[in-house]
Amino acid sequence: MQHWFGYLQLIFEGALLTAQLTVLGCALALFMAIIAGLARMSKVKAISIAATCYIEFFRGTSIFVQLFWAYFVLPLVGIPVSPFLAGVLALGLNVGAYGAEVVRGAVQSIDKGQSEAALALNLTPYQRMRHVILPQAFVIMLPTFGNNAIELLKGTAVVSLISLADMTFQSQVVRAQTGSTAIPFLTILILYFMMAMVISRGIRALERHLSDGLDVTK
Amino acid sequence: MVQPIIDIQSISKCFGDLTVLDNLSFQVAPGEKLALIGPSGSGKTTILRVLMTLETLTSGHVLIEDEQLWHMERGGKLVDADETHLHKMRNSIGMVFQHFNLFPHKTVLENVTLALRLVRGVAKKQADERALELLDLVGLADKRDQKPASLSGGQKQRVAIARALALEPKIMLFDEVTSALDPELVDEVLNVMRRLGEETDMTMLLVTHEMGFARDFADRVLFFDKGRIIESGPPEQIFTDPQEERTRTFLRKVLSAGVSRAESAAVAI
Repeated sequence: MQHWFGYLQLIFEGALLTAQLTVLGCALALFMAIIAGLARMSKVKAISIAATCYIEFFRGTSIFVQLFWAYFVLPLVGIPVSPFLAGVLALGLNVGAYGAEVVRGAVQSIDKGQSEAALALNLTPYQRMRHVILPQAFVIMLPTFGNNAIELLKGTAVVSLISLADMTFQSQVVRAQTGSTAIPFLTILILYFMMAMVISRGIRALERHLSDGLDVTK
Repeated sequence: MVQPIIDIQSISKCFGDLTVLDNLSFQVAPGEKLALIGPSGSGKTTILRVLMTLETLTSGHVLIEDEQLWHMERGGKLVDADETHLHKMRNSIGMVFQHFNLFPHKTVLENVTLALRLVRGVAKKQADERALELLDLVGLADKRDQKPASLSGGQKQRVAIARALALEPKIMLFDEVTSALDPELVDEVLNVMRRLGEETDMTMLLVTHEMGFARDFADRVLFFDKGRIIESGPPEQIFTDPQEERTRTFLRKVLSAGVSRAESAAVAI
């Protein structure tokens, strides 16, 4: 039994990397989702076309291929990318493309009277979006963002394919060294589940906090 | 007439084939209280929306204090106004909406301070003080920390009036502000407007179906139908001795509807 502690520690180190990838990937995804989602609604044709291209490209190709591109092809054109950065880029850009459509849908669902009232108060277009529309739309986005974040967490397993030692990678190592599949994979099963729980609980709490006074189903 | 604060010069507005405003012209004097009445779809709300720059014009010109609203001069020619020009022009105009359109994620106080802080750059403390004065004016200072969802319709509309007053507009537009309210809540809103009429020299344009209020409150009444002004004059004349057949028909309809509503309310009590 004693020797398992060393192996479990390996898996925990992997779990830490998985958590880092998830947090940074989600941060990039959120950023891209808001930028691309708003850009897609822009009246300037070039901006909305650029956003549409980004969204369709990253939704239409597999994250596996995107990851390999980031890791193996970018260095060939003179952009050196560490495996960790490649992982964050692929995950963030991929999930961000899905999130962009969520942002667009939520913004468009806000009653037109809100932006008209903000305009009547002489707020600038940016202020209308930043102070009136987005705070309300964000609450609508949250549940779907929660799902996207959990998808991203589960998607982090693909980075093991470019030799990043996340928890899936580490449990493969443990499996190879001990010949046991059940113990390492039961461990990461529980760990993935716990991390997903943390995300969904966190989103729920945030939703409750932000939806005060808003007409959304709690 | 003294120099008009609003000068509307043959404006038209079309949505596709539908003509909502049909080559309209009229002027409003500073401090005047003007009631716009008429059947629904007659274009009266569209006029307010054009003045608030929520709706563009198909043709014509609007002057606010002798300055083009929808146009600006560039290289000696009149061109369509850009956002900067519209932003400047909006400074003198405020609007209260039929459905309040309060910001639900902000408290009552924040609803009133938002424009002061963002548009005028007033510090939080001063903005709060000013907002409290305005909330006091509409009788809702005690609701300052509540969210709009917890207010009644009449209270929401009074907050919306306070919010629109924050920037001290010279022209205030009221778009059917009591139409979405339960009958017993109408008076509290009308009383606030009456008070504004007495205590300020704001120019007020109201689109309304409250004929009794229009009669008491307005200096002048414009009757609209199908995007045109059919008749205009002081309220006594429009309501007691209308010259046009269409005005008479309209007034007969709304006044009898008003009476039957009052009767059924009396029965209910």
